[in-house]
Amino acid sequence: MTFLTAHGSDLLFYLFAALTIAGGIGVVTMRNPMYGAISLLLSFLSVAALFLLRSAEFLGMVQIFVYGGGIMVLFLFVIMLVNLHRLPEIKLFGGQSPLAAVVAVLLLAFFGYFLIKFQFGPALVRPEAFVLADGQSLGNSQAVAWNLYTQNLLPFEIASVFLLIAMVGAVVLGRKQ
Amino acid sequence: MFEVTTTHYLVVSFLLFTIGIFGIAARKNMITVLMSIELVLNSVNINLIAFSYQLSDLTGQIFAIFTITVAAGEAAVGLGILIALFRLRETTMLDGAVELKG
Repeated sequence: MTFLTAHGSDLLFYLFAALTIAGGIGVVTMRNPMYGAISLLLSFLSVAALFLLRSAEFLGMVQIFVYGGGIMVLFLFVIMLVNLHRLPEIKLFGGQSPLAAVVAVLLLAFFGYFLIKFQFGPALVRPEAFVLADGQSLGNSQAVAWNLYTQNLLPFEIASVFLLIAMVGAVVLGRKQ
Repeated sequence: MFEVTTTHYLVVSFLLFTIGIFGIAARKNMITVLMSIELVLNSVNINLIAFSYQLSDLTGQIFAIFTITVAAGEAAVGLGILIALFRLRETTMLDGAVELKG
């Protein structure tokens, strides 16, 4: 029990990291895109838990709302909209799969080299950085909002215009000719 | 060793990134390719959050919000293109998208 209380967050990390990777593998290997979408949902929710474990509470909730809610519903609607007949006969991977595997192995080798090469010092030397809003210790949501509306107002507005453009583009693309 | 550090998060992020890149390059179904792109964007977000925690800097979280915004726009436009492809070819396989091939 003392082990659990001392290492609870570490154990949670290992659990959700395993679920994230399992969901990712499910997305790539599932034949039916519907099962792939459910694997993707598992991966999204586990990533949200990983965010919570790294003092990004607001971002964890945004992850669940935007990915688990919005993007996932979009995917499920489109999968059900397109008629996926003759699924069992179609080959899962294209002819370029060996090349893709080589690229993946090269990427993993590069990342492994990076991880061995660089060592990191102690993390979170200033935990108050994630809760400070206008000099007061309020909470993560308030801190993110304060930072967004003071230092990053222009990128925020540009993001809203970008979303409008994306919405108009999606409507135009999906319209019947 | 058991203690979770930034390196652990980077391992998760890199594995997810590699899985996503493999899915984008190898799969034939466009729906799966779009879902793999979401995986890659998610791995980038894990990376940003891990370094934000490592450096005690809120900027990583702010940047991750913008990444999520771009991911939402990308998903909407990508699925719109998928619907257009399906109307044209009656398939979601990328082999069917050969309009420019003479």
